[in-house]
Amino acid sequence: MVDRIAEVWGTRTPYARHERWPVRVDQVLAEGVRESEVERWVQSACVLCSNGCGIDIAVKDGSMVGVRGRSADIVNHGRLGPKGLFASWQGVDNKDRLTRPLVRENGVLVESDWETAMERIVSRSKDLLDRKGPLSHGFYTSGQLFLEEYYAQAIVGKAGIGTPHMDGNTRLCTASAAAAMKESFGSDGQPGSYVDIDECDAMFLFGHNMAETQTVLWMRVLDRIAGRDRPRIVCVDPRETEVARHAEVHLRVRPGTNLALMHGLVRELFVNGWIDQEYIDQHTVNVDELRATVEPWTPDAVAETCGVDAGDVRRAAEIFGTSDRVLSTVLQGFYQSSQATASSCAVNNLHLLRGLLGKPGCGILQMNGQPTAQNNRECGADGDLSGFRNWENPEHVQELADLWKVDAAIIPHWAPPTHAMQIFRYVEQGSIEFLWISATNPAVSLPQLSRIRDILTADSLFLVVQDLYLTETAQYADVVLPAAAWGEKTGTFTNVNRTVHLSEKAVEPPGEARSDLDTFLDYSRRMGFTRLDGTPLLQWSGPEEAFTAWTECSRGRPCDYTGITYDTLRGGSGVPWPCNEEHPEGTVRLYGDGVFPTDPGYCESYGHDLLTGATVGPETYKANNPAGRAIFKTAPYHPAHETPDDEYPFRFTTGRTVYQFHTRTKTGRSPQLNGAAPDAWVEMSVSDAESYGLGEGDVVRVESRRGHITASVRVSGIRDGSIFAPFHYGYWDEEGEPHGRYRAANELTITEWDPVSKQPVLKNAAVRVETVADGVGQSMAPTTTASRPAGRGGRRRAVLPTIGGPAAQASETLAPVDPPAVATKEERS
Amino acid sequence: MKLPVYLGLLHTSEGTLADSFRQVSEGHGDEPDIHFICQSLAAQCDQHQEALAPVIRRYGEVADDDEPERLHADGLEDTRTGPVGLLRDLQDLYLLASLVDITWTMIKQAAQGLRDEELLAVVTACDGQTSTQLKWLKTRMKQAAPQALLVAE
Repeated sequence: MVDRIAEVWGTRTPYARHERWPVRVDQVLAEGVRESEVERWVQSACVLCSNGCGIDIAVKDGSMVGVRGRSADIVNHGRLGPKGLFASWQGVDNKDRLTRPLVRENGVLVESDWETAMERIVSRSKDLLDRKGPLSHGFYTSGQLFLEEYYAQAIVGKAGIGTPHMDGNTRLCTASAAAAMKESFGSDGQPGSYVDIDECDAMFLFGHNMAETQTVLWMRVLDRIAGRDRPRIVCVDPRETEVARHAEVHLRVRPGTNLALMHGLVRELFVNGWIDQEYIDQHTVNVDELRATVEPWTPDAVAETCGVDAGDVRRAAEIFGTSDRVLSTVLQGFYQSSQATASSCAVNNLHLLRGLLGKPGCGILQMNGQPTAQNNRECGADGDLSGFRNWENPEHVQELADLWKVDAAIIPHWAPPTHAMQIFRYVEQGSIEFLWISATNPAVSLPQLSRIRDILTADSLFLVVQDLYLTETAQYADVVLPAAAWGEKTGTFTNVNRTVHLSEKAVEPPGEARSDLDTFLDYSRRMGFTRLDGTPLLQWSGPEEAFTAWTECSRGRPCDYTGITYDTLRGGSGVPWPCNEEHPEGTVRLYGDGVFPTDPGYCESYGHDLLTGATVGPETYKANNPAGRAIFKTAPYHPAHETPDDEYPFRFTTGRTVYQFHTRTKTGRSPQLNGAAPDAWVEMSVSDAESYGLGEGDVVRVESRRGHITASVRVSGIRDGSIFAPFHYGYWDEEGEPHGRYRAANELTITEWDPVSKQPVLKNAAVRVETVADGVGQSMAPTTTASRPAGRGGRRRAVLPTIGGPAAQASETLAPVDPPAVATKEERS
Repeated sequence: MKLPVYLGLLHTSEGTLADSFRQVSEGHGDEPDIHFICQSLAAQCDQHQEALAPVIRRYGEVADDDEPERLHADGLEDTRTGPVGLLRDLQDLYLLASLVDITWTMIKQAAQGLRDEELLAVVTACDGQTSTQLKWLKTRMKQAAPQALLVAE
């Protein structure tokens, strides 16, 4: 047994390049439950990050009593991370769950029934559609529903109501990944695969604290590092993360300067001739523009702007330029920072310049944050057209109209879909009066929370919230719908590297809670949405029919699911798309042939100007004639829009801890996880703490132009001049609202977004720090990860290590079976 | 030769456009994308003016000439409010940027006629940015128009 709070990544199982990653089956059962007492193990996959680990749910007496990793799954080879082990089932099987619909009566939410709640929703919805039309409606969904639910919601929104105002919290987590792939390759679709970790010589992690955000993927990296022929690691991160501690080069950039660094790395490839000219000539366009844009960015210029060592820039570029097989991963450090899409495209550019993609060990993983973010993007619940179709292409719009048997004119395609921040702006202005929020918590996760709270409580707004718990957001709702959780409903979802899993229903939902799919189907039926022939718009009786309908929608598109059924997903492993007649067992990597989905008739987007977000449009796109070639996209660097000054001298950045997920609705209800990271903290560097006379545990007030938070200090390895706070902590376990003590990091963040991906800039703001009180104990920050105390300096205080104790013991069975092979002929040959 | 007149027109128009971008940036600060992008685009206009300066010195400035004065367009003196006001302000920017854009086109024609490499290089560096400014304005107006015209109060 291993304490998986103290030992986040568990026991090492080293392996060498070309070998398969050994199996290690991780398992935890509720206290007092023995394995022999488990009545059923039900197949699923984990929803506590985007990694998509195969998982079995233990069921006893109609309850979830534990989990184990699936040894046969190509994603995790049996492993689970702390969140999967402790929060997946405990975060759901909980006395706090919503069990009945709530409606607002005389200003107070009271228990009601489905008939009353749905009729209130439908009558308001119909009234607004009659009086003001579809633009009065907005939908803000999640990265945590199932594929079938997103597809239902997409059809209701696009072909039932006809509103462009649909988005998900995927806008906060993965929009820049999707945008960067659309710009560079013509369509969303992850080029790389996790198996590239097994084969690579070098790994670059760009703003990706993989050790905390995708713990099982990091185990795979750690096992490569522990084996022979270990890969060289380069880390770009302002904090001293676990990734940084294993890196040969750690580029500790100033928050907000990523693009300058990327220009410097790209320039080094040109200058040193570390490019594949034949690949560039045959498979790309626009290289001259790229070369011109990066030209000013010498290593010295990068050093000046980014606050890194010029020699480290050269070393990092040399590792990229001279390693045979390079794998890059990108996440929030790039996606939630200034010039997100341009910086993420720069990673694609590095690989295109050397032709390093679509081959073993050579890949790009533009990561997702959430487990089902990929499906939101595919299905179009984020406003995109379903099946990676192009809203500017009338033939694509007609394809959907034919599929859904509706008039093409109802499908919103006259302008880009409305992104989340703009939806909230329209609510603020009173033009959206009906907002339906499902499975997300904007009252904690969106920037500038005082403003968001004002918007959610606006008199003009009718707010529907569908969730497991009475979240900070749900408490403002006019109608709250209780949702069935993971394990209480059946559906599919797709992880970062396109692997599709089936998650089966293991137990009944509590009380009257219903699956989100059933709720959307009920809404569609009550609204009377129909096809052209007068029959109901959505005719599915359950998730499997919805999935089958989706496979038809995906036919011939990059995300082709037509070779997948529920039965093919049962037993064994998940399957990576595209999976069709041509690739019956799925596809490990995209673009091995150097052909990209950029053909004007096929592409998902004609692209944007990366500086402004201006759409390129069909004429210019066609004139550029990409014709299956990838596109070098770039933009000039500009400084972040809010930079430190005399009044607000620190750069503020936000992020995650390994023990919590999002706004803690599940992880905060796992005693093991919440015990490890129970409250907010702020990180300062040793010298900044010294200059303010601060030490471990002292209480500070951190203030921006938009708000303030109060938290205890952890003196950590963060770069000088930067302040970090975790974004997880809201107020649901503190009476729902910030009574006197603000602690949510997003009180401070700025309302700003990337011009292309529209992802909010959550990782760059200017703040100041004031001492509130001397500490009486240590801060609540974990000691196991990036928030680990700095080893030197500061006013020292003994810090107890983060441990889980007896409740956090999990079993690890090493190599019970041979490792699974990825599921395709491509990999076996 | 009337080229100096048109160089003066372009220089003045870039300045007017820069001021107007800044005006809209400040006046619509509650729309963060407009606020920040208009600042960036104003800076582009400043750079265009700087790039034109050596060419204007070479061809000589035109002092008071009543003919080109009528060619000039006035900038935005203040900004409107509300969703429709935003749309109208963006529309005004579009008109001003269109004047700049077509003036670059005519300057380019003249530069080709003159085989003036320095001026052609200036045109090449700047006119693409102006056309992107137009595209951005169009993109943003297309996004805003349905909401402003159909449901906003």
